[in-house]
Amino acid sequence: MPGRLDPKPIPRRDFLGLAGLWSAAIAIVGSVAGMAQLPKPRVLPEAAGTVKVGPATAYPAGTVKVFTDHRIRVIATDQGVAAMSLICTHLGCVVAEGPDGFHCPCHGSRFDAQGRVLGGPAPRALHWLPISRAADGSLLVDTKGDVPPGTFYEV
Amino acid sequence: MTTKTSGLGLFWQNVVSLPSSLRESFARRSAPTSDRARSQSIFANIFLHIHSTRVHPHALRLSYTWGLGVASAALFFILTVTGVLLMIYYKPSTELAYQSIKDLHYVVPTGRFIRNIHRWAAQLMVITVLLHMARVFYTGSYKKPREFNWVIGLGLFVLTLALSFTGYLLPWDQLAYWAITIGANIAASPTELTDAIGITHWFNIGAFQKELLLGASEVGEDALIRFYVLHVMILPILLAIGMSAHIWRVRKDGGLSRPGRHTTAAGKGVGASQPVPQTPSSSPTKTYGLMCVVKGKTPATDQNLDETVPSWPYLLRAELLVLMVFTFFSLVLAYFFDAPLKELANPSVPENPAKAPWYFLGLQEMVSYSAFIGGVVVPAVAMIGLALIPYLDREREQVGVWFSGAVGRVVAWRSLVFGAIAAVAMVAIPVNFGWLRNWFPGIPQLWIILINPGTILTALYVLWSVYELKRSGSTRMAAIALFTCFLVGFAILTTVGTVFRGPNWDFYWWPSQWPTH
Repeated sequence: MPGRLDPKPIPRRDFLGLAGLWSAAIAIVGSVAGMAQLPKPRVLPEAAGTVKVGPATAYPAGTVKVFTDHRIRVIATDQGVAAMSLICTHLGCVVAEGPDGFHCPCHGSRFDAQGRVLGGPAPRALHWLPISRAADGSLLVDTKGDVPPGTFYEV
Repeated sequence: MTTKTSGLGLFWQNVVSLPSSLRESFARRSAPTSDRARSQSIFANIFLHIHSTRVHPHALRLSYTWGLGVASAALFFILTVTGVLLMIYYKPSTELAYQSIKDLHYVVPTGRFIRNIHRWAAQLMVITVLLHMARVFYTGSYKKPREFNWVIGLGLFVLTLALSFTGYLLPWDQLAYWAITIGANIAASPTELTDAIGITHWFNIGAFQKELLLGASEVGEDALIRFYVLHVMILPILLAIGMSAHIWRVRKDGGLSRPGRHTTAAGKGVGASQPVPQTPSSSPTKTYGLMCVVKGKTPATDQNLDETVPSWPYLLRAELLVLMVFTFFSLVLAYFFDAPLKELANPSVPENPAKAPWYFLGLQEMVSYSAFIGGVVVPAVAMIGLALIPYLDREREQVGVWFSGAVGRVVAWRSLVFGAIAAVAMVAIPVNFGWLRNWFPGIPQLWIILINPGTILTALYVLWSVYELKRSGSTRMAAIALFTCFLVGFAILTTVGTVFRGPNWDFYWWPSQWPTH
């Protein structure tokens, strides 16, 4: 009686057929998996996230500077210097500054002067960015970083 | 000597008959003069054999099909031809793309006209595909055995929209740049949800999708190449394959749907409304001899040949007419209206308002409530719901009849009114009274995501469909209710996005009220 310990012999043609079928299946799965890796970049081609925004002396309290190319806004108060991203946290449009804060032209998100969400679909406040000082004394804003709103860099 | 002359003579004969022998080898048969010969031409020709040799007059009725399926295919043909022509000059590079479109517009002979035709045919194709889907739905043509062909059709609809989207990215103007930015961020929007429940650190599907689309973390050269490859290679090939399968299945399922065609319990086909015995007659022979090697039913043999007409000339003529009509439309529109080209892409300032092409403005309205729900969940739910319709509504009566008869017409009207009121209300309430964030400023983000006008509208439509299901006891009526609601909701949201949204996506009754700056 055929069982696990005494299996029925497989006919040669069945064996060859199954072997062909399975090798084809493995080859297809393997090659598709290999090809699927290609579109996922291993190294992201992009510029460094840090932006030089000038010497600390250029930021007396009350200064506001907008760097449109980098989509950041740097302000200075008595507490120090802070940088905020102007990229809407909803879908990445650049917010415009108005009298009552910031608004997004694409889907109507609204933020107050500190970047907190007032209305619209934005899921979180505008990003505040970490600031550090370069060796030559100028301030560096890390556009890829993220610090809690209200974080100031003391000059 | 005699051999030589006869050899020369033979050769000369061959030279003389060269035109006719070339023609014979090309066409393989002489021009058909009878219906039977025309049928055989269709059967034997690789380009024509996607048609059946005979077709029921019902399928030719303008008021039944409106030629919308053929129109979509015809427009795809026009788009392929004009698209390949545009590829001769277009350069997929962020530095050169915009300039190459300008060259096409101002310098290349007929370049402007070809680009305009391409653009208008694309717009028309979105319309015809949408209307074709509505026609198929309202005539109940998705019912057995065509369930899966309905699913294939939905795939073709998505591909059509994807082709449009990838297409308007290529000129690299302001519309293109910000559309890619927004599109890629919609792909990244599941992060909204994973952030709200705090699992992004372990499972960041949003960032993965965005990276896959852009090939970088920001919109640039890599993104443009990717969308270009999608637009000119991957999506058209998929569309062509899907379209072939779609049309082939129509033929294999016995042509277009029409009343009284469903199979009875006994498994025997019935002809028209009353069963008509099929008699071998003098009509053209139509054999499935080769198929005798397989067991089971052979396709379309239950038709009574006497109630059909030959596809050549009736069907082919109708198809040619549709192709010409839509070519004409595209040409006229292209002659009078130029395809838009905005300013060169500017990554630091979007336009205000930054609007997508009209067919995405309903989606943009939804996205302005929540990126993840409006941009991913509601469209996905709608697509899955549409795909499931033939499997959830398995009633076999009234296939091929508009709205399945008078009752369905009433249901459709009622659903139209309900769907319109609900959609208008879901736009009017946030416009006039604000939404959760205005009422409860400290509300957790998860509530903002989950309870927004888009989800509520979807829920209302589903509830309405359930109500119609209880009321009528018919899944078909429930399907009509749901489909009508979504159609009218789509129409109203699209109108709102197109006409009533101005700078900062604020509501304005008319563009003339937009603030000037």
